[in-house]
Amino acid sequence: MSTDDKRDAVLGRVLGPGTPELTCEQCFEELDRYVELTLAGDPADARVPGMRAHLDGCPACAEDFASLRDLVAREGD
Amino acid sequence: MTAPPEISWVERLRAEGGEGQAAVADLHALLLKAARFEVGRRAAELPHLRGGDQEDPAQQAADDALMAVLRKLDEFRGESRFTTWAYKFALLEAAVKVRKRAWQGREIPLEDEAWSALADAGAPAGRGAEDAELFAALREEIERLGERQREVLVAVALNGVPIDVLAARLGSTRGALYKSLHDARRNLRAALAARGLRVGEEEA
Repeated sequence: MSTDDKRDAVLGRVLGPGTPELTCEQCFEELDRYVELTLAGDPADARVPGMRAHLDGCPACAEDFASLRDLVAREGD
Repeated sequence: MTAPPEISWVERLRAEGGEGQAAVADLHALLLKAARFEVGRRAAELPHLRGGDQEDPAQQAADDALMAVLRKLDEFRGESRFTTWAYKFALLEAAVKVRKRAWQGREIPLEDEAWSALADAGAPAGRGAEDAELFAALREEIERLGERQREVLVAVALNGVPIDVLAARLGSTRGALYKSLHDARRNLRAALAARGLRVGEEEA
């Protein structure tokens, strides 16, 4: 990671996305629908506003999203 | 006409007797598959979980997820496939268990380590005085945050402590701690803006 990347990553983690976002509970509620929309190539971010910002700001929820996306994608292969 | 699979799952799980029991067993197998997937994926990053150690957290996660799914069955809205909806409970349980095991016996890093990370990131990178001012202001404003907000921000955002691990240590929840983190970030952005320092997007 370059020095600038490291700087931006730290600022991103400390200051967060800075846009309206879902809570962790709302994120979990919507996660299955958001994953299926994403995998279908539908406009998931428009259908579930605030989800992308939350995933950018919450490392744990972002990992949960990536796991569910990859598991469901593997099932669909 | 055959019922959609998601309706079948819910109806089978609600059925009395042998059919219901068979559905619960099928669901447990599904959740165990998801839990093994999650533990296996994380084991690559966590050497202490190699080999037979992986099966125990996967089984526990599947058991806990089964209880959660059955408890929340009425909340399934059919907006995704039933299996996708159920998987998320198993993945969450497995991820939380692995994170907690990875931090078992480890102390939460001290605030001093966070200041090193912050100073390191703010070291001159061709941006010079502007960046030095931003990172110095950031440290000052972090130190001015309320105790809980500062504690969560420093641990999660600077020291990389998983939020579930911190929640368990503090007797709290991921959601409650994320609210503190969100509030801390909002306060920091506002404080930086008041100093004439702006970073990225501003919340509406």
